[in-house]
Amino acid sequence: MSTAIQTTATPDAASSPIRFFYRGAVHSVHHAAPTRTILQHLREDLHCTGTKEGCAEGDCGACTVVIGEMGANGVQMKSVNACIQFLPTLDGKALYTVEDLKQQDGALHPVQQAMVECHGSQCGFCTPGFVMSLWDLYLKNEGVQQAPLPSTAIASVTQCPPWKPLQRKEIDVALSGNLCRCTGYRPIIDAAHRMGELPVVGFDRHALQTALEPLQRDDMFTYSHAGQHFYAPRTLQQLVDIRASHPAARMLAGSTDVGLWVTKQMRDLGDIIFLGQVKELATVKTENAQLEIGAGVSLNDAYAALSAHYPELNEMWQRFASLPIRNAGTLGGNVANGSPIGDSPPWLIALGAEVVLRGPAGQRIMPLEALYLDYMKKDMQPDEFVESVRVPLPRAGMQFRTYKLAKRFDQDISAVCAAFSVVLDGNLVESVRIAFGGMAATPKRAAKAEAALVGQPWDEVRLQAAMALLAEDFAPLSDMRASSVYRMKTAQNLLRRCWLETRIDAPLRPDQVNAFACA
Amino acid sequence: MNTQTDAFLKDQPATPVDVAQWAEVGQSHPHESAALHVLGEATYTDDIPEAQGTLHAALGLSQKAHARVRAINLDAVRAATGVVAVYVASDIPGTNDCGPIIHDDPILADGLVQYVGQPIFVVVADSHDNARRAVRKVVVDYEELPAILTPQAAHAARSYVLPPMHLARGDVESAFAIAAHKLSGELLVGGQEQFYLEGQISYAIPKEGNGMLVQCSTQHPSEMQHVVAHALGLHAHNVVVECRRMGGGFGGKESQSALWAAVAAISAQKLKRPVKLRADRDDDMMVTGKRHCFHYEYEVGYDNDGRIVGARVQMVSRAGYSADLSAPVATRAVCHFDNAYYLSDVDIRAMCGKTNTQSNTAFRGFGGPQGAIAIEYILDEIARNLGRDGLDIRRINFYGRNESEGRNVTQYGQIVVDNIIHELVDELEVSSAYRQRRAEINAYNASSLVLKKGLALTPVKFGIAFNVTHLNQAGALVHVYTDGSVLVNHGGTEMGQGVNTKVAQVVAHELGIPLALVRVTATDTSKIANTSATAASTGADLNGKAAQNAANKIRQRLAEFFVTLFGGDNSADITAVTFAAGMIQMGEYSISFPDLVQKAYMARVQLWSDGFYATPGLYWDSKTMTGHPFSYFAYGASVSEVVIDTLTGEWKLLRADALYDAGASLNPALDIGQVEGAFIQGMGWLTTEELWWNKDGKLMTHAPSTYKIPAISDCPQDFRVSLFKNRNVEDSIHRSKAVGEPPLLLPFSVFFAIRDAIASVADHRYNPPLNAPATSEAILQAITAVEAMAAG
Repeated sequence: MSTAIQTTATPDAASSPIRFFYRGAVHSVHHAAPTRTILQHLREDLHCTGTKEGCAEGDCGACTVVIGEMGANGVQMKSVNACIQFLPTLDGKALYTVEDLKQQDGALHPVQQAMVECHGSQCGFCTPGFVMSLWDLYLKNEGVQQAPLPSTAIASVTQCPPWKPLQRKEIDVALSGNLCRCTGYRPIIDAAHRMGELPVVGFDRHALQTALEPLQRDDMFTYSHAGQHFYAPRTLQQLVDIRASHPAARMLAGSTDVGLWVTKQMRDLGDIIFLGQVKELATVKTENAQLEIGAGVSLNDAYAALSAHYPELNEMWQRFASLPIRNAGTLGGNVANGSPIGDSPPWLIALGAEVVLRGPAGQRIMPLEALYLDYMKKDMQPDEFVESVRVPLPRAGMQFRTYKLAKRFDQDISAVCAAFSVVLDGNLVESVRIAFGGMAATPKRAAKAEAALVGQPWDEVRLQAAMALLAEDFAPLSDMRASSVYRMKTAQNLLRRCWLETRIDAPLRPDQVNAFACA
Repeated sequence: MNTQTDAFLKDQPATPVDVAQWAEVGQSHPHESAALHVLGEATYTDDIPEAQGTLHAALGLSQKAHARVRAINLDAVRAATGVVAVYVASDIPGTNDCGPIIHDDPILADGLVQYVGQPIFVVVADSHDNARRAVRKVVVDYEELPAILTPQAAHAARSYVLPPMHLARGDVESAFAIAAHKLSGELLVGGQEQFYLEGQISYAIPKEGNGMLVQCSTQHPSEMQHVVAHALGLHAHNVVVECRRMGGGFGGKESQSALWAAVAAISAQKLKRPVKLRADRDDDMMVTGKRHCFHYEYEVGYDNDGRIVGARVQMVSRAGYSADLSAPVATRAVCHFDNAYYLSDVDIRAMCGKTNTQSNTAFRGFGGPQGAIAIEYILDEIARNLGRDGLDIRRINFYGRNESEGRNVTQYGQIVVDNIIHELVDELEVSSAYRQRRAEINAYNASSLVLKKGLALTPVKFGIAFNVTHLNQAGALVHVYTDGSVLVNHGGTEMGQGVNTKVAQVVAHELGIPLALVRVTATDTSKIANTSATAASTGADLNGKAAQNAANKIRQRLAEFFVTLFGGDNSADITAVTFAAGMIQMGEYSISFPDLVQKAYMARVQLWSDGFYATPGLYWDSKTMTGHPFSYFAYGASVSEVVIDTLTGEWKLLRADALYDAGASLNPALDIGQVEGAFIQGMGWLTTEELWWNKDGKLMTHAPSTYKIPAISDCPQDFRVSLFKNRNVEDSIHRSKAVGEPPLLLPFSVFFAIRDAIASVADHRYNPPLNAPATSEAILQAITAVEAMAAG
């Protein structure tokens, strides 16, 4: 599709309006900055004020909306934070806000009705966001059929509601990005249970698919405003080419970090290249005993794919930001960002993951830890980008653990993030990889502690030696998340937790070492 | 007798109304705006359709904690895209002050900046975004001055915003001399950001003849009116302040909405255009005050049973750079140091430390929680020192049950006449299976290597009324329209607590009509004048009584008119008229409310009324710190069970039971909602919510990414909240009790359960030094300290 690239020479001429499905019709936007957020557009341009701004950084959920988009298996619905999503990323998608839920006869949607019945709102400001997160959960659960009933119960099948009672944890996951300062959450949790007991209000995915199909583009989407350009290539080659011709442009995936550069730091991003429409980057493949996660795959999908192989990732999955952030953000973005407090690099490094970079000269593949040179400095050329991350599948004898410490369980940034993979041969450590976030200027391996363990018995003596050596591997900072003393002490203690869980004699269960797993 | 009327009245279909059973108060009606909330149709200040020509303002903030401003260059700001005007302190036409009591609070800093975040200038632009972008282009030349950042440092420098307070009773020294045991120590309890989900916002619209309408998210419209009038150099009657609802207040919009109202109004007046000032979350948290952090030093004597015989405490709060509400906050802390306990000989000193940080302000509880947590900390230590269960020690120190039992006079001289803490705690002890779970936890801890559990029961007694007597007044206006629908306006403000719902229930009940016929409108200074803040948990108490008073006047007129309709004329007839279920009845006569109203209108009966209420019996002497400041006390207690991880300090609340005394609840569903919400909010204060300033005095936790209020997983899986069966002994509105603030003290049990779990690492032999908030780091630090004590 080189012709698409040629048009970038005169991008203004090639600029198309942003088109998305909204309130039952195609909505076109011609005159908005490419970094205008969905929330600003809703509230300030469309005067549609049901969606609220609570923080403008994706951390409170008052602005939660639901996006519908074409996926491999039909229409996909997902909740996102409207406050940090740029308007052009909506192109070809559908936008649903709290105002869309009311039934045609004026009746409340079951999600809304349940919130009223359960006294789920007090001041009401966070409520639209909760309603949309609950609706997202409702849509997910609506598609879940109950287990087939015994044949003797055929008569009752038609009366069987297509609703699987929700577990508390499912509700927590769905609402992990919504802060409420009034209720203490209990009535909202009740509403999540209650909504499935009310008469079902379905959602016509087929109709949405029909509406979205004409909005899909084959060529790169180019949107321009006041000299600023937004490029959404469709293919990997288009991406390589536009990156090569625009090395200064800002790469954008989920905008869960870059969005804040605009809303909080008021930065001018210049031209933007959006990865979210590149087909080749949206795939998860298994090849050569590796799981390859494309850079466009959302964090939620990536964690889902990885947790199928590594159930030890389940808690990290739940604690990695909130669901709307995981829906928008990508594993590739988390890796490419290279923040010292990112929650994926430590366990990716511990598992021996590789990062695949792509540039005009083709691919460059390296162990992930080699990507991180220094604070926010990476071994990546201006014309390169992260194409995928390759994670080895579990091998026999390997014990894997990853832990996150933060002030709060839900949606918080790590003070310390630890990951361990230990391959045991009997009681001997055949190999070990230990990586930490929050302990250095980059996600980093604990070289000395690892060296002290390899080839040694996996016992208390070697454990203590390795714990002590962590103080030579790292010199963490003090900041508002934790002091250096706490970081070091817990880094050491998390190594102990891993050992307690994996030692040969009387290993402890998660519910014996983890307060969040304890009933 | 008009026989036609008589026939008409008798012809009414006989509606079977059980007058004695009918009630609109005491029902669990949903919040009056619940449907609007879930539909996204509830209008907050930023949702009001903007008038033509509306401009948007943003504040330029100090980057230094304490400095003289040598020069400020605003050229680039003025030249920035979309900028219409830039104002500094000297542009303010009236008084440059927004302090609620003491006038030490400039709207815009004038030459001297006293904290990082203090507003220095305002930019008005064509959009919110352009105003925010322009602000960043300023160049300020500061001459830095030494900054005081902690209450301890302020105390050491004798730097206070107000004179110290002192309350003493009895003879502490003599009590210490004869006490079998003594202990002393110190404690630091951090502040708390209100974190209302809707940030501060004001929208000012100029009106003819120097009028100014300010749509403001505020708990105190009358004070906003005064501040705006002073800032503009106008009379109060030029300014109207309106607030339909807030997206949360929690005390943060009591005095501190003033800055935003004043800046919007000043800009609007100068430009003769509507101006909106909406705070970005970071600006909001950098500019506005929070709950006061307190540092305590205490000394206590107690007997062999654990009964306190003498207590001395010195509390120093972090007031911030100005007085704001620090004096009444400190007063309430002094008046709640007793919590539910009788302190015969007591000496309390309170200082408001002047620090170069945000000016701290009201936050749900208003010093009460800070006063009470100190005595709870002390009792917790006494119990451990004596090897006794904390509940036993708490119980032995409770106020006496009644006059004959004695021990019933507070340190400030008010007699406690309504004490139910004994019965309430007895009930909770049983319903929570406290003793049984204590044994189970001991067994668990004995066999658990890494995780340890803890349990605690803590009580609450909280005084209801403003400590300042004159604030305990309220007004209301009730309109009955000729179709029988009713409109109510009162001086309280709706911030989610449901005051409008409760007031509407009171009015519906009084007029005997269904709640659906009553609508409450926005709080508006042009309707009810001279209102008090919706604060101190008094919203429903005061405004409910005022609205009842107004509705009752109309009811009286309607009853009199009803009696005249069928020829009755004596007062006995009038008192026999009942209003229930939309019908007015007396004996065989009945009529629907709308029909009677229509007839009354034709007969020229006044169908609207004002109402007023002033809480009786209150007085307070601020010099001696004695009097009868509270109308009554609200009580409660809770039990919390936690598990902590001794390797990381991580913790989880496993189960919480709470029992709260709402008197005869006006609306049990709303009251339970208040209790649960306050519980989780108070738990946040004491655990995850950490305010952290860097060494330069800059608050680094100024957004939800860094400041962590409880989220959904923090709500315990097992959360049992109920209301204690009671009736207020005072003649409060339908014998209910206030519910806004007292439950914020319930999660003390979470903090002390954590402390209990920490103590278990050394068999409860040592008192863990645990400050609040008990973050994972603070917990691990306390574990380390206890292990060190045990190691000798």
